[in-house]
Amino acid sequence: MAKRSVPVVNAGSMADIAFLLLIFFLVTTTIETDSGLNRKLPPIEEVIDPPIIKERNIFTVVVNKNNQLLVEEELKDISDVRTLAIEFLDNGGGAGEDSCDYCQGKKNPSSSDNPEKAIISLKNDRETSYKVYIAVQNELVAAYNELRNREYLRLNPMSGMNFVQANNRYADPRTSSDEKEKLKPQLNIVKSMYPQKLSEAEPNKN
Amino acid sequence: MSKFKKKKGGDLPAISTASLPDIVFMLLFFFMVATVMRDSTLMVNNSLPAADQVQKLDKKDRVMYIYAGKPSSRYMDKYGSEARIQLNDKFAIVEEVGAFVLAERASKRQELQNVLTTALKVDGETKMGLVSDIKQELRKVNALKINYTTRIGEYTQNMD
Repeated sequence: MAKRSVPVVNAGSMADIAFLLLIFFLVTTTIETDSGLNRKLPPIEEVIDPPIIKERNIFTVVVNKNNQLLVEEELKDISDVRTLAIEFLDNGGGAGEDSCDYCQGKKNPSSSDNPEKAIISLKNDRETSYKVYIAVQNELVAAYNELRNREYLRLNPMSGMNFVQANNRYADPRTSSDEKEKLKPQLNIVKSMYPQKLSEAEPNKN
Repeated sequence: MSKFKKKKGGDLPAISTASLPDIVFMLLFFFMVATVMRDSTLMVNNSLPAADQVQKLDKKDRVMYIYAGKPSSRYMDKYGSEARIQLNDKFAIVEEVGAFVLAERASKRQELQNVLTTALKVDGETKMGLVSDIKQELRKVNALKINYTTRIGEYTQNMD
């Protein structure tokens, strides 16, 4: 009986196949990073002596249970919120020590004195839909970001970044600490020019 | 004749690459096991609302997640269709949020305990009442940094 030799299967390409699989998994598994709107809640504390705020320094946004918007006592569409908020924040109607030298608004005496005093008050109903609430929040944050971008570009024309990009760069863990040190004061100046004063009232009970 | 005769002809013996696949497979399995797809199985519908003024939520180790929304179809007949909160792998009531946050905080490293962010992954169709209740609970336990997790898109997608 003739003894047949079993042909040896060449295993040399095994590594290539495994590498192919490895690279496939490396590429397809994206380590997902979530993103969203960062907010800070007010701490619970009894305010004994609430500060007196002038009516003209408050910009009220109310969302009712049918998801309709009332901006400064007028029924508005969500697409108007951003421009109205910018107009309010950038008004700079104050005089004397309340005046605002970087504001480019209309200096309307019945609107906010300066961005540091301007407060946006957001009130919603318990029946308001969450996504409408997020849309309103988004537009208000957008208003702040737009103004901050403008000032950041004016103060740092050579940086080639706007405020949002610079802020993202500052938050990025890959950015070197030298650069962070440099960015921090620049960001803080702009943040103090347009501080985010967004107050949320407790929702209406039905 | 010595025992330590120098070998003639200096060809190097070929290095066996037979174990190379094993090494690569080991790497492959490591990546397959280590890449966690999702921490907890979702028991609620979770179509996040859209926003475009977002900030990234890096550093997963300092984030805790609270899910809310209507129970998904599998749980609908057991839990009804009213929006609920999901903590870890089970449904919870509003009052449990505080305890959950404290437990999560205690499980983190000391230096991270003060910089924790709570990510609210809330379904777009949820009513604000539930979200306000969660926020109120978070204020009670002093977990003030929150993040409304959204997907990236125009706000107009939220209006219909």
